[in-house]
Parts: sequence; structure tokens; C-alpha cells
Amino acid sequence: MELVVATTIGGLTAAGVYLLLRLRAFPVILGLTLLTYAVNVFLFATGRLAVGVPPVLDDAATAYSDPLPQALVLTAIVISFGMTAVLVLIALGSALESGDDRVDVTEDANGEGDA
Amino acid sequence: MNHWIIAPVVLPALLAPIIAFVMRHDITLQRAASLAGAVMLTAIAAGLFMLSADGSVHVYRLGSWPAPFGIVLVLDRLSALLILLTSVLGLIVLMHSAASGWDTRGRHFHALMQFQLMGICGAFLTGDAFNLFVLFEILLIASYGLAIHSGGKARLKSGLQYVIMNLAGSSLFLIALGTLYATTGTLNIADLSVKVREIPVEEAALVRVAAMLLMIVFAVKAAMFPVQFWLPGTYANAPAPVAALFAIMTKVGAYAILRMHTVVFGPDADAIGSLSQDWLMPAALITVAIGGLGVLGSRRLMPLIAFAVLGSTGTLMLAVSAFTPYAATAALYYLLHSTMATAALFLVADLLLARRESGDLLRAAPATVQNGFLAALFFAAAIGIAGMPPLSGFLGKLLVLDAVRVADYTWLIWAVVLVGSLLTIVGFARAGSLLFWKSTSAAFAGPEPAPEEERPPANTIGPMLAAPSVLALASLAALTIFAGPVSRHMEATAEQLFDPSAYVTAVLADQEGTKDPSSKSHGDEEAAAKGYDESGAEAGTPSEEGH
Repeated sequence: MELVVATTIGGLTAAGVYLLLRLRAFPVILGLTLLTYAVNVFLFATGRLAVGVPPVLDDAATAYSDPLPQALVLTAIVISFGMTAVLVLIALGSALESGDDRVDVTEDANGEGDA
Repeated sequence: MNHWIIAPVVLPALLAPIIAFVMRHDITLQRAASLAGAVMLTAIAAGLFMLSADGSVHVYRLGSWPAPFGIVLVLDRLSALLILLTSVLGLIVLMHSAASGWDTRGRHFHALMQFQLMGICGAFLTGDAFNLFVLFEILLIASYGLAIHSGGKARLKSGLQYVIMNLAGSSLFLIALGTLYATTGTLNIADLSVKVREIPVEEAALVRVAAMLLMIVFAVKAAMFPVQFWLPGTYANAPAPVAALFAIMTKVGAYAILRMHTVVFGPDADAIGSLSQDWLMPAALITVAIGGLGVLGSRRLMPLIAFAVLGSTGTLMLAVSAFTPYAATAALYYLLHSTMATAALFLVADLLLARRESGDLLRAAPATVQNGFLAALFFAAAIGIAGMPPLSGFLGKLLVLDAVRVADYTWLIWAVVLVGSLLTIVGFARAGSLLFWKSTSAAFAGPEPAPEEERPPANTIGPMLAAPSVLALASLAALTIFAGPVSRHMEATAEQLFDPSAYVTAVLADQEGTKDPSSKSHGDEEAAAKGYDESGAEAGTPSEEGH
């Protein structure tokens, strides 16, 4: 199981970083989303992988999984979801304003070039 | 427990939704509420500053949960100082935004401003690493809104880059925290400090990875090489008052490195050693160089100032990277100076650019109204940021240069910092002469009569509009005049920072008045509900079954 989880995290991260380095806003947003998935699975795994054991107190239980990473993941999911929504809207605004969805800034837009 | 400790977070957090929902149609009401909030925040921050000045460490336990499990806010000299700086800067920036009308050029300016202040104050106060992440996100999401305030093509483009950069940084932050939790089983900063020091050198690989990942994350916030690319574009395109407030944002990164890499990953921890210093110092040096070259190469005023900010951030991080109490003293003094100088420069630039027809392009143009007054303000602010006498930048840079003398390659550091300062001076001298001297002659020589009388009277700078910039410059003068008492306080602050035992004892040992976790009968649901709120859950250590 460790191998499966580790490979998944690695694959998601690699794909996320690849997409993050694209020039257009849409692949970049997808890349950030994939990266977020990888982070969430990774956070989940930091409490050690345990199958079929409860995270909260239970009289019948003999072993527990760590509840804290699960709480952290919940917070991380909420935050990354909100951030992605903000990013989509800013990207949309930028695309509507400038007519293309490139994320690199040209000389002119950066205020560096001659007017 | 002193409930005033959480007031700098709660006050803006309550005020912001009221401004956004109740007062959204009335800009006068918004201004009044926002300014009143900032004045109250400053008063509270001053009170907390007095409270912490005797060197005591005050801990606020949210919900009275005992320390490694519940979230704590910690007030010591460093956090009190930075909250005071934040609130004063916030007040100055709000005054400028209201006087210059920037807050009417888009919606929800004041609400976002309050959320921004809440996030910054919270980040300075929190004693929990995951809570630090959450508060970073709060201050970032408010800054996204502020950076693209009033819109425009260039602003949205650079805002988009800023958001992407910081979202990638946030993912890295979570990976770092996950690694740290997996290694130590805690996220409370005081508890981490104890646990990291217990890790033997042979098993230190993972915690070293976590330390470096966290450093990269904070370097993104502080805008250090190699992750500084977002800063010039964002600062140059953001509305000027927002850029002035962002002066404190790079300092949040500097603070986080100062806190985490002394209290938790300090040089005295065997597992870390001189790792932080080895990487931070070269990165800071390159940042100084990039800042200097950027100032020289800029053809517009706003990017020029942004690169000057980059240079001063590099100087600040250079002092931080020495990781000695004396260097931290220098760093803190320079931090105060750099924040106020940056803010002053952006505010003066805003006054100037609002009165020039050719925007922020550095070329000769007809003289502005009150050319002499603006030139004097710009001159003073430029002296401040370049680090020339008589203002505090000179003293700050002198302290920094003296503090890094212990390193092996002192000559290299001195050369880079001094040449960087020279480049900054040359860049600002060129910009100033183009903006003010040549402009006057161009107006004389111009074929058309100077359009002085066509301008509406609102275009002249009244006392309300000039006050914030003058206040920021006056604070630089005050920093110079009271350099003795200020640097003595910084010295005490740095000593407290480099002796984390008081911090750890205050958080972990003195826990009267907290709920005793062993005698709690109403366990499960409440623990789970609390756990949602982050590290309040009962099980503080990872269970070992999964191995």
C-alpha cells in the first residue's frame, strides 16, 4: 500500500509541476489543482497509513489512526478550494481584459518597456 | 490569561464583515469605521508593546486547551514590536487611501484592508506552525484582492502571476508541515523546538528537508532569490497605497524565518547545524545584487521603487542569515526602517504620479504643481531607502555591515552591499533629476503655456493628502533621533529570540487554568469538532501501527 500511495503522490506532483510551468492560465490552474491533490494525500499519509482503525475514541478499538492529519487535510482542502475559485476568477478577469490567457507578462505589461 | 492578546486578530476580523455587508454603499461610513478600527488597533498594539517590554512571554490558549494540543498565541517582544509596526503602517496607508480617493476606485477596499491587517497580526502572534499557514492564507487572499484593486490589464496580469506564485508556495508550505509533523509528531512551535533538539544527527535527514522547504516557502513571501520574480511586477502594478502596505508583507517572510529558524531550527539544534545560514546568506547577497541592478535598469518609477524594495529585503535577510543576536538586532532595526522607508516612497510616488501626465515613465515632462514640495518629499524618501545619512537607513546598514563581519567572506558581503547601495543611489538620482529638474526646464521651453490654471484646485496637495507621507518620513527621522533607545530595545528583543527557553517554558510548562485532558469525560465528539479547527485533537503523536 505504501508503494501505491507514494507513487500516486509522486505522479500527481510531477503532473502538477509540469502543468504549472505552462504558459496558459488554464493548464496552470489544472496543475495547481493536481498539486493540491498530491499535497492532500501526502498530508493524510503523514499520520502513518492504517486501514480499518477508528480515528476517535472507541471502547472496542485496539488501535487508532492519527486524527490530526485528517483535520489538517480538511482545512487544507477548504483553503485550496477557495483559493482555486479566486484564481479562476482572477484568470478569467485577466483573460477578458487582455484578450488572451497567457500568464507570462510581456515587456509592456510589466511596465518595463518603452511606451 | 490576558484576552487583549487576541484583540489584534479579532478586532479587524469583526470589523471587516461589518464594513463589507452593512456599510458597502457608504464610502464615508467605511472610511470612518476603517480609520477608527486602525486607531484602536494601534492603541491595542501599543498596550501589548508595553506589556511585553519587560521581557515576559504571554501565552493565550484558545479555548483553554493545554499547549501541544490546542492553538496558542504567543506575545513576546518580537511579536509585539511587529504588531505595533503593522498597525502604525496600516493607519498611515488608510489615511492616504482615504485622502487620495484610491478606496473609491473599486469595491471593498476597506474590508480587504482589515482582513489583510488581521492576517498579518495573526501571523506575527501565532505559536503554532499550521495556524501560521492558515493566517498566511488569510493575509494572502486579502492581498490578492488588494493587488488587483481597481483593475486594468497590467494589474490583472501581474496579479494573476502573484496568485499562482503564492498558491504554489502554499502547496510547498503544506508539504513542509506534513514532513515536519511526520518527523516530530507536533506542530506547536514551542513543542517543535524541544522535539527537533532531541533528534540525533544520524536521523536528521527528514527534519532537514522540512527546514529547507519551510525556508523556501518563507523566501517566497520575503521575495528572495531565486523566488523573487513576483515582487517587481506585483508591487509596480499594485495601487500605490496597497504597495505601501505590502512593505510589511515581505517582512512577514523575514519574521517567519527569524522565528522558525532560531526557535525551532536554530544553529544550536544538532540536526540542523549551520544549514540555514549556508543557504540563506548567498541567496540574500544575490537578492541585494538583483535589487541594485534592477534599480539601475528601470525605465519607470514604480518598478524602480519595487527593485529598491528587493534590495532592502536582501539587506534585511543578510542580517537575518547571520543567526547571531547582534545580527538580529541589526536586522530588526533595519526592518523597522525598511518598512517605513518603502511605504513613504510609494506614497510620495503616488502623490507625484497622480499629477504627471506621462504616468510613471521616467522622462522629462511639464512640471507638476508644487514641484519643489514633491521633490523634497521624494528626495527624503529616496535617501531613506538608499541608506544615506542623515536618515535611519544609514544607521541600519551600518549595523548590518558590522553584524556580518563574523562571516568568513566579509569582504564579499561588504562589496555587494556597498555597490548595491551605490547603484540604488545612482538610480534614484537619475530618476529624481528626470522627474523634477528636467521637468521644470521642459515646462519653460515648451511651446504651449504651462497649463497651471487649467488644473482643478483639487490637484494641489492639501495637508490631509501630504500628512501620511510626511508621517512616514517623520517616523524615519524619529528612528534616527531615538536610535539609541530603539536599538537597545531591539537588542533585548534579539536576546529573547535567541534564548527560546523562556518561550518554551511559557507555552509548555506554565499551564494553569487549562482543561486537564485526562479528566475530560465528554471526549469524542468535542475532540473531533475541535480537531477540525486544527491541532486541538487529543492524539498529538502519530500512531505507530502503520509501520
